[in-house]
Amino acid sequence: MLKLRVALSCAAALLIGVAGAHAEDTIKIGIIAPYSGQFADTGVQMDNGIKLFMQQHGDKAGGKKIELIRKDVGGIAPDVAKRLAQELIVRDKVDLLAGFILTPNAMAAGDVSAQAKKFMVVMNAATSVIIDKSPYMVRTSVTTPQINETYGAWVFKHGTKKVYTMVSDYGPGHDAEQAFHRGFKAAGGEIIGADRFPVANPDFSAFVQRAKNANPEAIYIWLPGGTQPAAIAKALAERGINPTNTKIFGQGELTLPEALKSMGDSAIGIITAFHYDYNHQSPTNKAFVEGFQKNFNRIPDIYAVGAYDGMHVIYGALDKTKGKTDGEALVAAAKGMAWESPRGPISIDPQTRDIINTIYIRKVEKVGGQLVNVEFDKVEKVKDPTHGMKK
Amino acid sequence: MISQIVGVLFDGLAYGMLLFLLSVGLSVTLGLMNFTNLAHGSFAMLGGYVTVTLMRGAGWPFLLTLPVAFVAAAVASVAFERTLFRRLYRATELNQVLFTIGLVFVMAAAAAYVFGTVTQPMKVPDYLQGSVRVWGINFAVYRLFLIGIALVITVLLVGALEMTRFGAQVRAAVDNQRMAKGLGIDVDTVFAITFALGSGLAGLGGALAIEIVGLDPSFGFQYLVYVLIVVAVGGLGSIGGSFAAAILLGVSDVAGKYYVPQVGAFLIYAIMVGLLFFRPAGLFGKR
Amino acid sequence: MDPHAWLARQTRWSGAEIGFWLAALLPFLLFPTYLTLASQIAITALFAVSLDLILGYAGIISLGHAVYFGIGAYTAGLLAKHGWGEPLTGLLAGAAAATLIGFLTGLIVVRVRQLALLMITLGLGFLAAEAANSMGRITGGADGLQGISVWKLFGVFEFDLYGYTSYAYSLAALFLVFLLSRRLVHSPFGLSLRGIRENQRRMPAIGAPSHRRLLKVYTIAACFAGIAGALLAQTTQTVSLETLGFQRSADVAVMLILGGTGRLYGGIIGAIIFMLARDQLADMNPQYWYFWIGMLLMAVVLFLPTGVLGGLARLVPQRWRTA
Repeated sequence: MLKLRVALSCAAALLIGVAGAHAEDTIKIGIIAPYSGQFADTGVQMDNGIKLFMQQHGDKAGGKKIELIRKDVGGIAPDVAKRLAQELIVRDKVDLLAGFILTPNAMAAGDVSAQAKKFMVVMNAATSVIIDKSPYMVRTSVTTPQINETYGAWVFKHGTKKVYTMVSDYGPGHDAEQAFHRGFKAAGGEIIGADRFPVANPDFSAFVQRAKNANPEAIYIWLPGGTQPAAIAKALAERGINPTNTKIFGQGELTLPEALKSMGDSAIGIITAFHYDYNHQSPTNKAFVEGFQKNFNRIPDIYAVGAYDGMHVIYGALDKTKGKTDGEALVAAAKGMAWESPRGPISIDPQTRDIINTIYIRKVEKVGGQLVNVEFDKVEKVKDPTHGMKK
Repeated sequence: MISQIVGVLFDGLAYGMLLFLLSVGLSVTLGLMNFTNLAHGSFAMLGGYVTVTLMRGAGWPFLLTLPVAFVAAAVASVAFERTLFRRLYRATELNQVLFTIGLVFVMAAAAAYVFGTVTQPMKVPDYLQGSVRVWGINFAVYRLFLIGIALVITVLLVGALEMTRFGAQVRAAVDNQRMAKGLGIDVDTVFAITFALGSGLAGLGGALAIEIVGLDPSFGFQYLVYVLIVVAVGGLGSIGGSFAAAILLGVSDVAGKYYVPQVGAFLIYAIMVGLLFFRPAGLFGKR
Repeated sequence: MDPHAWLARQTRWSGAEIGFWLAALLPFLLFPTYLTLASQIAITALFAVSLDLILGYAGIISLGHAVYFGIGAYTAGLLAKHGWGEPLTGLLAGAAAATLIGFLTGLIVVRVRQLALLMITLGLGFLAAEAANSMGRITGGADGLQGISVWKLFGVFEFDLYGYTSYAYSLAALFLVFLLSRRLVHSPFGLSLRGIRENQRRMPAIGAPSHRRLLKVYTIAACFAGIAGALLAQTTQTVSLETLGFQRSADVAVMLILGGTGRLYGGIIGAIIFMLARDQLADMNPQYWYFWIGMLLMAVVLFLPTGVLGGLARLVPQRWRTA
């Protein structure tokens, strides 16, 4: 009997403690990201970006203390993402939502943001239509068409007339393919072949052979990070396709640092387009990379920088509204914000609430004995092209 | 035209050989012990991580890490078998499946904890890279190496099975366990050794697979599916069955993706479902 | 005691059962901020019950049951997306689609056993997921189905942010399906299923040939799974590829083993334990959720192979036991 009473009083004390913790001068941010499962690494890097920002800029914004509540969505699970967003708002009483690596999750949470009128910052998910889900949403990462349509035009303007494309057969891959085709053809180029390989594709040899049969002057590849970039590069090398005889174009995932380590020198000369590389030469980036390496012993990537910039928007908006957290005020404050991010100059488009940034064209080169992506060209102030078009 | 077909067949063969190495152990232990060990893919993953760690951490040459990968996976499997698996030999199939799936989860999480969730970078030595050109066709050196190793192992396995006393004991135990015990064969030890061999081969397969398909903690799950397909199609307990099924699946997967890429992903599953429906015991299965 | 009387006695409602269903109403009063979670638990429990019918009672080990869940979800979702957002008819449409596919695939499934059965169900699962991915223009592919808007339930109750309507709707569906399953299981047909599970070869000898019965229960299980899927689509207004996926099939099998197969309530208890544990653990230590669930799974199989309910049943005196 005594034990029961002790247990009950402890429980009561805990409940009171928890309830009392929500003081009036705290702003709560609900972070939804995959911290476990297949995409766990992206969630970790995103979290590192958030932590670094708060470490460098303090934990106060708009005059109030910032508190983070993290929820693991586990992977692609829009029903879970939606529920987590609802619970964060209803149960934990967060003032705004942030995070979102994966598109289906961002879409589902967007509905909640619109329904509950909460400010939402998408720190990674790259599908264009996400931004339309809620008028209180901004994005600080990049969109797939931003990169690939621009790239298509660039590729033509720099001397390539015909391209064979190979992409992963799922949503983002299709987006990239269509964006690249649009940009390339609009500039005057010709697509001589377009293949799609299954998402879970251990062996690329068949697809590479098909590409080789077309004898292209250039191949464009889009695939997600992970094990595939190295695998396809090796498959290409096995067939004797390398940048000395065929131009190889890809989105930045193709030449991520881990992939480059596996590819070796056969990767030299691959040209990719991306919005961020840790080698970007700018003082802001240098400070960012140094801080990141010191704190987490890792190199920052697009997930880290998207989150870092997302926090910048949140802090900046809160400072402007002097701590007011309603969706309308925050999104109005965020629109048009422009600043120097580690990736370069970026801003939030006031019309679409989407990100405007610079797309860099990089080439793989050996610098100081290591393979790195060296930026040699860029296209500035790129907006998401699909929002200029009719739906 | 001919050169393309040859090229496709060669790639399919190499892919099939990889699948064979990864699967043969499971086929034999399933047929022998009737124990559904879905953690087989995780032993392959273990072999892969052993190789990567030795190469990057200790600077070992690739070829030298292969026997270590084999031994490490074999030892680990014996440890699990002695302590955990043997309690489940009488359990229902569902329980075995779920138990070993639990083990896959745990091993994947452990791999993520120790090595991180990133893909492990690895480069094989230069003499295994690149390709040789014969009759105008490019044959990748690494794939030739794979096929070579797989053939050697197949010969060794079949030889051991057909021509050694131990092999005879294994065959007897597969055909009729009770009878074999009645004849004085120490079925327990036969189990343990065969299980170790099978898992060791998986570990070797895992180490060899990294160059082609990459390594990260989800390896155990991803390749489990392909391994199960090979085992089911080939028939339990049959090395020849696994060999045939692996080649069939490897070649049809590559050929399918080459000639009709739109159905590339479907083909391997469709073949499996179709074949199992008409021959539930697999191509060479006994039950 | 004659068989019919025995069966009739099994169907009597015990005090614990009545208590359980009354307790299911508590979240409305005590935990209103957990209603969306409760709704998803109810849906998952419904799915688990449908799998128990074939796995626990008929002995069909399926690792691809999510196919029917996904078909129900996509059907209801597509209907709502293209203009017909009435929830109840959407639910029926989802169930009908799942039933049809369940019947067709069941024709193949019931003719195989053991490893072949496992592999065929697995293969069908992957085929369905690939098909859904390829038909991206219809299904929305990897991004998921968007633009689903569900009308008010009975024209009155809107699907709100807190989840009152969602939970009430899901709970009611779960209860109804549970009643039906209960009826099924405690009938001569249900008994024959258990006979098939124990010894399939003998059944024709006692006048109960197996294939047709297995097909019947498989189709019913597919129907119930479709209902669960349609509910998910309507209450969350999203549908994604993983509703068909292997992860979902595997998770529900795990829940069944946790709770105990062949006990109807086992699926419900297992779903509650699994989803609550994931919700709580995901907050504390998300990275290693897989580690803990793996350990739990291994522990349950080793030490409590009949699941939580099986273990509890052993504590209850013989005369109080029913199934």
